[in-house]
Amino acid sequence: MAELKAGTRMKSAVCASEVMVIGAPGGDVDVTCGGVSMIGNADTAEGGTVDSGHAEGTQLGKRYVNEAGDLELLCVKPGEGSLAVNGEVLVLKEAKALPSSD
Amino acid sequence: MNVMMLLEMASQGFGERVAFTNGEQSLTYQELYDAAGAAAAQIRESGCDHVAMLDVSSLAMPIALFASAWAGVPYVPINYRLTADEINSLLDRVKPCLLITDSERADDFSAQQELQLVTREDFISTARSGTPLSDPWSMDQEDTGVLLFTSGTTGVPKAAVLRQKHLVAYILGSVEFMGAMEDDAALGCVPPYHIAGISAVLSSVYSGRRVVQLPNFSAEEWIALVNQEKVTNAFVVPTMLARIVEVVGENSSLELPSLKALAYGGGKMPLSVIERAMKLFPNADFTNAYGLTETSSTIAVLGPQDHRDAAASEEEGVRRRLVSVGRPLPGVEVEIRDDEGKVMAARERGEIYVRGEQVSGEYVGKGSLLDKEGWFPTRDAGSIDDQGFLFLEGRADDVIVRGGENMSPGEIEDVLLEHEAVADVAVVGIPDEQWGEGVAAAVVLKSGKTVAVESLQNWVRDSMRSSRVPQLIQFWDELPYNETGKLLRRIVKTKLAE
Repeated sequence: MAELKAGTRMKSAVCASEVMVIGAPGGDVDVTCGGVSMIGNADTAEGGTVDSGHAEGTQLGKRYVNEAGDLELLCVKPGEGSLAVNGEVLVLKEAKALPSSD
Repeated sequence: MNVMMLLEMASQGFGERVAFTNGEQSLTYQELYDAAGAAAAQIRESGCDHVAMLDVSSLAMPIALFASAWAGVPYVPINYRLTADEINSLLDRVKPCLLITDSERADDFSAQQELQLVTREDFISTARSGTPLSDPWSMDQEDTGVLLFTSGTTGVPKAAVLRQKHLVAYILGSVEFMGAMEDDAALGCVPPYHIAGISAVLSSVYSGRRVVQLPNFSAEEWIALVNQEKVTNAFVVPTMLARIVEVVGENSSLELPSLKALAYGGGKMPLSVIERAMKLFPNADFTNAYGLTETSSTIAVLGPQDHRDAAASEEEGVRRRLVSVGRPLPGVEVEIRDDEGKVMAARERGEIYVRGEQVSGEYVGKGSLLDKEGWFPTRDAGSIDDQGFLFLEGRADDVIVRGGENMSPGEIEDVLLEHEAVADVAVVGIPDEQWGEGVAAAVVLKSGKTVAVESLQNWVRDSMRSSRVPQLIQFWDELPYNETGKLLRRIVKTKLAE
């Protein structure tokens, strides 16, 4: 468990998923992917498998949020595990349509 | 955070799509990613503190922008239209640097100290054949991504600092990943040293929209390229749109069937030009974008539906929105404040303040201009109507103070532009013994039209307070603009004060 900062990149310990933190609440937060705590981008995974209850998968370029709306993660590499925070499964954030301005 | 992460995502998501086209040459997203890695190695090896780009748009531009981010060295685009002295003084401020330029120019710099020269062709060819940098890019969001010299319409150019966090925040806040259709293509004709040229590269990469580069703008070439490359999206500055509208208007056989969206910004768009463009291109969605170098590009947009609503409305207040810059992007806040910093009511004119993660407001040697709450004073004057639409009214420094009364040149210009003989106008303050400052106007007449100075003065008097009536009106053949359509008010002021 660690305090999350916007811009931090993390990877799944049990699948190919990688995320970047867009927003995070203060204090210690346990983000999991595939049911196992995510690790730092430079860390080495110890092995393990995706928990069948956390196997919805992540999609490249999609954002995931908690119900409170204070945690937001961007998927920068897709994988088989799904994301959760302190046990709560994160949901896909609907994209907002904006006109292209450049 | 690092813009390289955006390119990495694009290369994973749609690596085989074409990212950039320039004449016969092109790069897919995967090729761009690989080229950025090899160019990053080239940059790292040079040991330089900055990567300077002095060139028109080419494939070297996106490669260098991303490669600099990968190598952790700031990217510095330089305006190639400046004089040799001006260019040298900017280069002196970023040495030791790696300078990428075209082969004709290269000789001019070969004798300079602390400057490593590489031609555009050599840079691209090394990038496309070299070995990628083995180190990963830094995810430190405080790293400087781009140093951009402001246009310096009021003095020595300042070097605006855009950190990785500002650039990435702008893209994540305004662009949907892979939001473009496979066949979409954007025509890039904004100079590569302009913030809109930088943001267009980042936005297109993240949305998966192919960019067709047009290095030197002419309306005829722009129109030809739209049809040849089946361009769907384009961004133009007002002077470019005025020329395009003129050429298309003169030739009824010219059509632009592929064009779905036309965005514009970078200067004040005359109402007559946008109205004409909407009639000529009824199938295109129009978007007006307002932004600054210091805010990593766009902070407010007037979208397609806003355009249609305003054009179709009978109500004066709604119609007027056609000349507004719309509403702030999500995640961006805008306020209008008076001289004491107090937030003003709807429709009151003051200085525009902006806050958001994409807002830098920092200059080399000057530090950050953000206040404690993160607000940036733009020095642009404006007002917000009761529906939240933002209207620009010139630079805060352009305010004319006549006998203690503050007036905006923009409001007087708008009145004069409604006169049937007036094609273009600039209003400025000139020194006046009695009032401190007096109102003066340089007017460009429509071809074939004439009007007396007195009639124009009466025209203003009929709709505004008499203090707004220009005491001096001169007729000019044209007004001085820079190449992105910004009126050079300083020059108008000097000439009218003579």
